Order: sequence, then C-alpha cells, then structure tokens
Amino acid sequence: MAFSKEYLTEQRNAEWRVELRQQIKNKERTEIERVKMPELDPVKRAKEQRIEVNIGLSKEQAVLEARRCMDCVNPTCIDGCPVSINIPKFIKNIERGDFPEAAKALKETNTLPAVCGRVCPQEKQCEASCFYTQKLKKPPVAIGYLERFAADYERESGQMSLPEVAEPNGIKVAAIGSGPASLAFAGDMVKAGYDVTVFEALHEIGGVLKYGIPEFRLPNNTVDAELDILTKMGVNFKKNFIVGKTASFDDLKEMGFKAFFVASGAGLPNFMNIPGENFNGILSSNEYLTRVNLMNASDENFDTPVLYGKNVAVIGGGNTAMDSVRTAKRLGADRSMIIYRRSRQEMPARIEEVKHAEEEGIEFMNLHNPVEYFSDEQGRVNRMRLLKMELGEPDASGRRRPVPIEGSEFDIPVDLVIVAIGVSPNPLIPAALPELKVSRWGTIEVDMETMQSSIPELFAGGDIVRGGATVILAMGDGRRAAAGMDDYLKSSKY
Amino acid sequence: MNKILQKERFSDKVYRFVVEAPMIAKSRKPGHFIILRVDEKGERIPLTIAAADEKAGTITLVVQNVGVTSAKLCNMEAGETLTDLVGPLGKATHISKVGTVLACGGGVGIAPLLPIVEGFKKAGNKVISVLAARNKDLIILEKEIRQWSDEVIVMTDDGSYGNKGLVTQGAEEVINREKVDECIAIGPAVMMKFTSLLTKKYNIPTQASLNSIMVDGTGMCGACRVTVGGRTYFTCVDGPEFNAHEIDFDEMIKRLGGYVEEEKAAYERFVASDKI
Ligand SMILES: Cc1cc2nc3c(=O)[nH]c(=O)nc-3n(C[C@H](O)[C@H](O)[C@H](O)COP(=O)(O)OP(=O)(O)OC[C@H]3O[C@@H](n4cnc5c(N)ncnc54)[C@H](O)[C@@H]3O)c2cc1C
Ligand SMILES: Cc1cc2nc3c(=O)[nH]c(=O)nc-3n(C[C@H](O)[C@H](O)[C@H](O)COP(=O)(O)OP(=O)(O)OC[C@H]3O[C@@H](n4cnc5c(N)ncnc54)[C@H](O)[C@@H]3O)c2cc1C
Ligand code: SF4
Ligand code: SF4
Ligand code: FES
Repeated sequence: MAFSKEYLTEQRNAEWRVELRQQIKNKERTEIERVKMPELDPVKRAKEQRIEVNIGLSKEQAVLEARRCMDCVNPTCIDGCPVSINIPKFIKNIERGDFPEAAKALKETNTLPAVCGRVCPQEKQCEASCFYTQKLKKPPVAIGYLERFAADYERESGQMSLPEVAEPNGIKVAAIGSGPASLAFAGDMVKAGYDVTVFEALHEIGGVLKYGIPEFRLPNNTVDAELDILTKMGVNFKKNFIVGKTASFDDLKEMGFKAFFVASGAGLPNFMNIPGENFNGILSSNEYLTRVNLMNASDENFDTPVLYGKNVAVIGGGNTAMDSVRTAKRLGADRSMIIYRRSRQEMPARIEEVKHAEEEGIEFMNLHNPVEYFSDEQGRVNRMRLLKMELGEPDASGRRRPVPIEGSEFDIPVDLVIVAIGVSPNPLIPAALPELKVSRWGTIEVDMETMQSSIPELFAGGDIVRGGATVILAMGDGRRAAAGMDDYLKSSKY
Repeated sequence: MNKILQKERFSDKVYRFVVEAPMIAKSRKPGHFIILRVDEKGERIPLTIAAADEKAGTITLVVQNVGVTSAKLCNMEAGETLTDLVGPLGKATHISKVGTVLACGGGVGIAPLLPIVEGFKKAGNKVISVLAARNKDLIILEKEIRQWSDEVIVMTDDGSYGNKGLVTQGAEEVINREKVDECIAIGPAVMMKFTSLLTKKYNIPTQASLNSIMVDGTGMCGACRVTVGGRTYFTCVDGPEFNAHEIDFDEMIKRLGGYVEEEKAAYERFVASDKI
C-alpha cells in the first residue's frame, strides 16, 4: 500500500514542486509560526452538542501553514501515517493553491480524509514523525489541520471527485459492520470491480463515527458526504441486518457471497464490577453517547430519553471519557468531572481533547478511583466513594502503575455516572462461528499482512482484531484486507 | 422498512400485528425478540416474536400500549410501514424433553410464552399453562395457547374470568397436584419474582424471560444489564431468559424504573401533541 521510494522521488521531482521549493528558503519556512486552529468560544460551545469546536483553517491560513513544510527529501512524516498518505504532495498542492488536487492526493490512500483530519491522533502519528518534531524541536507542520482543510474544501465546493471504478467483475463480497474499517475496505473493493455489500446491525451506517464520536468533534454531514461517494461508486448498504443472527454465513454464501470482511468493532462496554454499579444513573459511555448521538435523545422531538445530571462523574481518561464528559456539560451539568486513576501525563485521550475539555470547564480528578456507589430509595445513584491513588513503578504498558493510598477514601455527591473504562471485542461473530480462531481476549486472529483469519474466505480488521484502536488503524486494516481478499479470490477457485 | 400486513385488537391496550420480515421469519426460534423503530424520530423498543410464518415471510408481534412508542405502534394500521426492524435477537429458549412443563404467563407476557409452549409441546412434554391478568379483557391468545397445552388454567385478579386470584395460586395448585419438572415464567417483573419464589420453595428449575430496558440489543450499551447469581449479564445477548432463582429481581425492578420521569414527561408531551 505504501508508495515506493522511487515513486515518491519522481513525484517530488515534478517541475512545479521543484519551483515551489526554490521560491522560499528553508530557513524562512522554518521561521513561520505554526497555525492556530480557530475555535468556537468555550463558553458558547459548552452549550452546543452539534456544533463543531474546531472551525477549520481559512484559505490564507492553510497556504501559509503549507509553506512551513520543506518538502523533505526523506519525508519521515509518511512513515508516521498508518495509511502512508503522500503528505508532502498534498501539502505542496495546498501551497500552490490547487486544493482539489490536494484532496485527490489524499484520496490516493485515504478514503475518509475529512474524518481523519479531525479525529486522528496526529500528534502521535504523522506529526510526531515530521522533520520539525524530530530534528528541529519545533512544532510540527499541522498535517491534520491541512488534511481536513483540503477535504472540506473539496466537499464544500460540491465537486467531490468520484474515484475511478473498474469494470464490474460480478463477484459478491460482504463487509460486516459499517465502521471505518469496512468503509475503507468497501471503497477499495468497489474500485477493483467487486460487488460489495456492507451489513450493519444498527439503523445508521458509520459505526462509532455515528454512534460514538459526538458532532462537536465530527459532524454527521462530514461522514454522510463520504458515505454518499461510496454509494455512488456502487457500494450496497444494508442496515438492520445482523450477520450471524438475521442470516448466517451459510445463508450469505447461498446468496452468492464469496468472501467476508468482518469489522464488527469492539462494542462491548467494560464495567468495574464494584458495589452499586448497577444503580440507575450509572451507565456505560456507549449507552450515553448512543442515546445522545444516534438516538438524538437530547432533542425533545425525538422519543428516546436521556438522563440529565447536575453532578456528573465520568470514569476514565480516554477519548470516550472526554466525549462523554463534554457531552454531559453541554446537556447542562453543573459539575462535569473526569475521574481518572492515573495522572494527566498517562491519559490516553488526545491532547487537543483534554485541552478543549479544560477550557470548557471540565473538572479533572486525576489519581482517583471509584470504589463504591450509593443510591436513594428509588435506586438512583446519589453518592460515590473515591480512593486516592499515587503513581508507582511502570507497568507492562510502560505507564506508571497507580497504587491506592490506604485510608484515603472520601465521598462526593453524584447523580449521573458514566463508565468509560474501555470496551471488549463484540462477541456476536465469534459466537456464530465456533471454528473461527480468536485470542484469549476475544479478538479475531488474522495474518496482519493479508488480514486473513483461520477461515480462508473470512478476513477481519479494525477493533475486532486490535481491541480498542483508532479510526486510521481500522481503515489501514480495511485496505490491507481488500488487497488480501483480492489476491485470495484471484488465486483460488472458490 | 417493514410493512404491517394485519392488525388485530385483543383489548383496549393490546394489539396483535403481523409484519413482513422474511429473513427473520426464517431464522427466528422460540425466545427470540426483535427491536423496532416506528418512525425516524422513534426510539428502539424490543418486542418478542410471538409467532412466525416462514412461507408467508411474516412474524407476529403482540404489543401492550404502555408509553410513547408502544402507543404510536398501536395507532398504526395494516398497510403502514415500520421504519426499522432488526432481529432475531437474544438466545433462543433451551427446549428439550423434560417431562411436565408449567408455563406461567402474565398479561402481555402470554405472547412471548406462546412460541415456547409450542416448542415444549412439540418436543414431547406435557404442558400445563397458567394464564393470568387483571381482568378478562387482558387474557390474550388463550385459544392459541390451548392448542399447544394439555391443560390451561386462567386466573384473573378480579375474578371476571377463570379463577379469581394470582398466577402463583394457579401454579401452586398444579405443583401440589403433580410433579412439575420445569417452569417458565413470563410477564411483569413482579409476577416473575413471585413465581420464582414459589418454584424455589419446591425446587423446580425455572426460567424467566426478562424485559429489561434496551437500546441497541446487540451487547453494545449495557442498558439491559441484570445481576444473575451475583454476576452482571446483558439481557439482550446473554438472555432474555435466565435461571429465575438466581435473578436479582429487586434490582431488575428498580432498573426498569430508570427512565420513569423522562418517560412520563415524554408521554405527556405526546398526549398534548394530539397525535394520540
Ligand atoms: C466515543 C469514542 C471516541 C473515539 N474517538 C476517537 C478519535 O478521536 N480518534 C480515533 O482515531 N479513534 C477514536 N475512537 C476509536 C475509533 O472510533 C475505533 O477504533 C474505530 O471506529 C473502529 O472501527 P471499526 O471499523 O473496527 O468498528 P466500529 O466503528 O466499532 O463499527 C463496527 C460496527 O459493526 C456493527 N456490527 C457489529 N456486529 C455486527 C454484525 N454481526 N452484523 C452487522 N453489523 C455488526 C456495529 O453495530 C458497528 O456499527 C473513538 C471511539 C469511541 C467509542
Ligand atoms: C426482550 C423483551 C421482549 C419484550 N417483549 C414484549 C412484547 O412482546 N410485547 C410487549 O408489549 N412488550 C414487550 N416488551 C416490553 C416493551 O419493550 C416495552 O413495553 C416498551 O419498550 C415500552 O416502550 P414505550 O415507549 O411504549 O414506553 P415507555 O415510555 O418507555 O415506558 C412506559 C412505562 O413502561 C415501563 N417500561 C419501559 N420499558 C419497559 C420494559 N422493557 N418492560 C416493561 N416495562 C417497561 C416504564 O417503566 C414506564 O412505566 C419486551 C421487552 C424486552 C426487553
Ligand atoms: S491520516 Fe491521520 S496519520 Fe495519516 S496523515 Fe492524516 S492525520 Fe496524519
Ligand atoms: S516531514 Fe514535515 S516538513 Fe518534511 S515533508 Fe513531511 S510534513 Fe513536510
Ligand atoms: S441493549 Fe444495549 S447491551 Fe443490551
């Protein structure tokens, strides 16, 4: 999937790029300050569940930021991107003002650039490998912001280019689940001429992009625009269809499907199993976010209810916890708190999300862990007991292990608790296929090159293979699975 | 989109629907349920598949009007379509030949009981059914249950039909009279709780089918969690049937009330909107 060195060099030697490089000296480029993302005012936005916090760069800001990129001989940034976007190529197109061409360059390897430009942990991936970070010890080129800019520009211009699709080959393949892994898979397979159907259990397509990540970070219309392209390219979407329940794999084979890509996600929420955790008012982040994002529960015109809390505690320190705590604030909580057992340094959430949360008035109770919940007569939670923690030796994950401080318990009043301590792989598919090889943790075992599982015609990727991971890793899996399945179908007589 | 083909009124509050759903009609088994949304703004509610006709490609649902969504559904007519319908969900009932089966159904719980009664009868068991409701009007599907039962006992709170009394009275009478090998209880949570306490006394293995609050029905949210034997389970994927003697019914009943205030407010808005 990655471009060869020769190809990259050839592209870099294009006349227009040579000219661009000569226009400004590298020293001057490095003196430009990194762009700041324009944001909605924190007071205003803390009331808006459906308006995006990051406004997006203006044309001028984008071009100026693009100038910072030195179009390196050895673009290390590409190594940091799980789908190996030709980063300098798209950025240099922005610099010369050819935004549609920049979007095209993104789409050579990334099916959902408008999504990734928003939710990728860029600071840990492409931007962490940028020459600025690595060698100059300066803030990296804002690759993520620029990616979002180019993708948004193309979408808003109303002229989204349809990738070329090969002649239909009449071979039916199925993708199970409609999250980013499946969407990337479906895009590549339809391009290669396959007849692709995506099956989704819920009544909306998009997986976590729709039911999990809130609109203040990823507006639904951004996702819908990408789905629209896939539909136009010929991908079939089938909602309200649970593979393994509505129909079995054998049924699907009878219907003519030759191979399967399982991307059913890590949908099963974990709880801590502490006393009182099943009281009313204590729910998983999946439940909370699904009610608000998928079911529109905070809108009176919709029938699904959601609980409103005055004192809301969210347990955990990942993106899911940040999304939940910021949602609770937006739905009117007086106190919206993160309870996290390690310190801010170990938080898995993106730095930007933590910063945004702080600006919005979220309280952080780091180095605290819940031990018990209490309720009123009706069984609604009204109090929780916390234990203070301190950091000990590093554990297997390399992060310092939190250890309880004896006798440090104290209680705080809460009326809504959201548990966001992680998810386990969705067991629906493994349960339907007893012969499928799964790990001790319930993830599907695959060959990471081809994404093929122990059942030859079954491929898998995304969170069901990795446990909780990221959008871009899921998409990378989807693309590798598409290549792997294509090879498999071409080489086998099936 | 799934089309409603037939609608029949059982009582003021209870209706029977036959809905087009060919794939589900083929794959469902006794004990399975579906989740539906009546319209684009609707919530997802679980309903048991009371019967299915594989040839016609239809499933039968029996719905009691208790709140906004069930009211909207009960207002729909044959020819209209449901926006979303997904299933079959949950684990199928474990049906085998055990001897004598005591099937207890309360109110609208008689509907999910029907396919189970049918299953046990077909597996060669002696089936005694006890149907209970507040009054005569609310006893549903009696004819269908009779078709698959060796004996049917009807109990009403007010004595307007069958015997006066609760489901437990009818059940205890049978237990005192003959050997019962297994009991199934489906109905309001309180009814299942007391049936379970009764059969525990006599050491009769008992299954109860729980009607927890649900959102997705695929194990993704945990709204439907219940404590069984001291462990937390998700009703939608681990159930809906569990060993009744191990269910923490008091917790389950409290959890059913988790959104009571919100539901009441929504119902009031619904009534005020004149759509009822
Ligand atoms: C709240 C939240 C915030 C996040 N924030 C970020 C972020 O900022 N950046 C980032 O990179 N990552 C983030 N993630 C993680 C990221 O969203 C996931 O890693 C990614 O979505 C995984 O993609 P996937 O394709 O494997 O599956 P998913 O997106 O989980 O989709 C799986 C889909 O499969 C469906 N399904 C399951 N079983 C079946 C079946 N049997 N038949 C049919 N359909 C089925 C499910 O209903 C679901 O829709 C976040 C996750 C959450 C929950
Ligand atoms: C596996 C399963 C199978 C079911 N099968 C059937 C069936 O075949 N026929 C049928 O009529 N109902 C069935 N139910 C119950 C049905 O789902 C609820 O009655 C429905 O969700 C209520 O929605 P509503 O919007 O009309 O009422 P709401 O406004 O949500 O609730 C109104 C009142 O009903 C109570 N309530 C809410 N949810 C439930 C619930 N799940 N069970 C009991 N009381 C509830 C509330 O506490 C409130 O007092 C089943 C539930 C489950 C979990
Ligand atoms: S997809 Fe993600 S990692 Fe790759 S360039 Fe874009 S923001 Fe960076
Ligand atoms: S490493 Fe940084 S400066 Fe170099 S090409 Fe990549 S983005 Fe540009
Ligand atoms: S309904 Fe969501 S997990 Fe059961």
